[in-house]
Amino acid sequence: MTELESGRNHLLIDPSLHVWGWQIALYLFLGGIVAGIMVFTGLRFLGRTPRPPSLAMALIPWFAPLLLSLGMLFLWLDLEHPFNAWRFYMVFQVSSPMSWGAWILLAVYPSSVALAWVSTREALGGPLGPRDGPWSSLWLWLTRRLAGVEGWLRAHLRGLALSNLLLGSALGIYTGILLGTMAARPLWNSPLLGPLFLVSGMSSAAAFMLLYPLSERERVFLGRTDLTLILVEMGLLFLWMVGLASAGAASQSALALVTGGPFTASFWSFVVAVGLVVPLVAEWVELRHGQVPGRSAAVLVLIGGFALRWILVFAGQASGWSSEMALM
Amino acid sequence: MKGPRYAMVVDTRTCVGCAACVIGCKAENDTPDGYSRDWIHSLVAGEFPRLRMTIESRRCNHCEKAPCVSVCPTGASHVGPGGTVQVDPEKCSGCKACIAACPYGARYVDPRSGAVDKCTFCWHRLEAGKTTTSCQEICPTQSIVFGDLNDPESEVSRLLKTRKWYVLQPDAGTAPKHFYLE
Repeated sequence: MTELESGRNHLLIDPSLHVWGWQIALYLFLGGIVAGIMVFTGLRFLGRTPRPPSLAMALIPWFAPLLLSLGMLFLWLDLEHPFNAWRFYMVFQVSSPMSWGAWILLAVYPSSVALAWVSTREALGGPLGPRDGPWSSLWLWLTRRLAGVEGWLRAHLRGLALSNLLLGSALGIYTGILLGTMAARPLWNSPLLGPLFLVSGMSSAAAFMLLYPLSERERVFLGRTDLTLILVEMGLLFLWMVGLASAGAASQSALALVTGGPFTASFWSFVVAVGLVVPLVAEWVELRHGQVPGRSAAVLVLIGGFALRWILVFAGQASGWSSEMALM
Repeated sequence: MKGPRYAMVVDTRTCVGCAACVIGCKAENDTPDGYSRDWIHSLVAGEFPRLRMTIESRRCNHCEKAPCVSVCPTGASHVGPGGTVQVDPEKCSGCKACIAACPYGARYVDPRSGAVDKCTFCWHRLEAGKTTTSCQEICPTQSIVFGDLNDPESEVSRLLKTRKWYVLQPDAGTAPKHFYLE
């Protein structure tokens, strides 16, 4: 018989840690999609023979700053002292992935907005505003300035595309590193979480883009890419589990949360079955039969991407080092 | 490291789990309702009537390699004087990364300020020239000893040299400066 009695009964900590909730899970999901959109948009502009994109594809880059703002709103809502959020930008803490993330998020805005602007202008050219009317002189002044900025951006298009590619990757990876560097939470404590979050984010982004009226060529490209990404994600998930299973006692009991514990059913049904296996088969069948990828598999991938964040956020906090963890 | 390196030693043989340390801390540091910077942790193991009980007075371990400090994005959690781990509430955004990073559950959000709070080793008392923490002062069995590890003549150094001791979750790699005597 072992009986534990603790006089500590703190909100958010007892009986098991739950400092982060739906806000963080949603932010991680949206951040992953933003990362993926930036990587895909960057790659599209780095491609050697850029064929004109569909209107939807040309406008999709705007979702990067939009969804990021939504995600950052959730992050802000999670803060216990939200009006101290500016403190993130008073310092750079090299050992804190969250500090890296704060500065990456800041850099993502100008880079993603600039590329979205160029992408939109390439698809929808022509004059920027009305040429006459009561505000014509102001418009003229404004459009001249904007045209100047646009010219500069077009002249540095490869650099801008590369910056989107790199910042998108950094955004996708840092969220995983943030959780992965916490030795106190064995379920998260894996260097594979960074690449896992990036690949899962790119897969979610491909699925998110497939929801819009893209051209057939774009749909086939995204469907094929997503197929590869799902396979890579499955490989990373497998390696993550092998890593935990072959590490110490704390890691093994953390893994037990998803292999024979309270998170097992949700993990295997939502993340693995709904989010990976079913869309993998569906996309493979679609491509095999020469069909254009539809939206059903994409919706499943998005559900799986959200479930992965949700379950990792909650299960990770339930994992720990305390000897009493084994008793619970 | 030059200068003092403060640590705490708790004797689990003499501690009776009366929780005077909890009350003393609460009175000294005015922690909010439902929260305390220290707490009693007791484990009973065995089969009746052959039982053994381990009682630990727990708090922040003021780790040498404090994960709460390295994870903090604003510098609010920092290594203070004497190697103690401190929180500057003015800089804290309440992101709670330090709470997730602490393997000991020693931190909480003070609902009055929204900033993270925890044991300071009664730093305000040391600054005022006292040499004891409030939990140490109130302990009726004198099971709590606070002192300087870098001073070979200090009580903590003497106890750690002469008694068998352990720290909590050493494998978490945090190098705690809070010791328990067996």
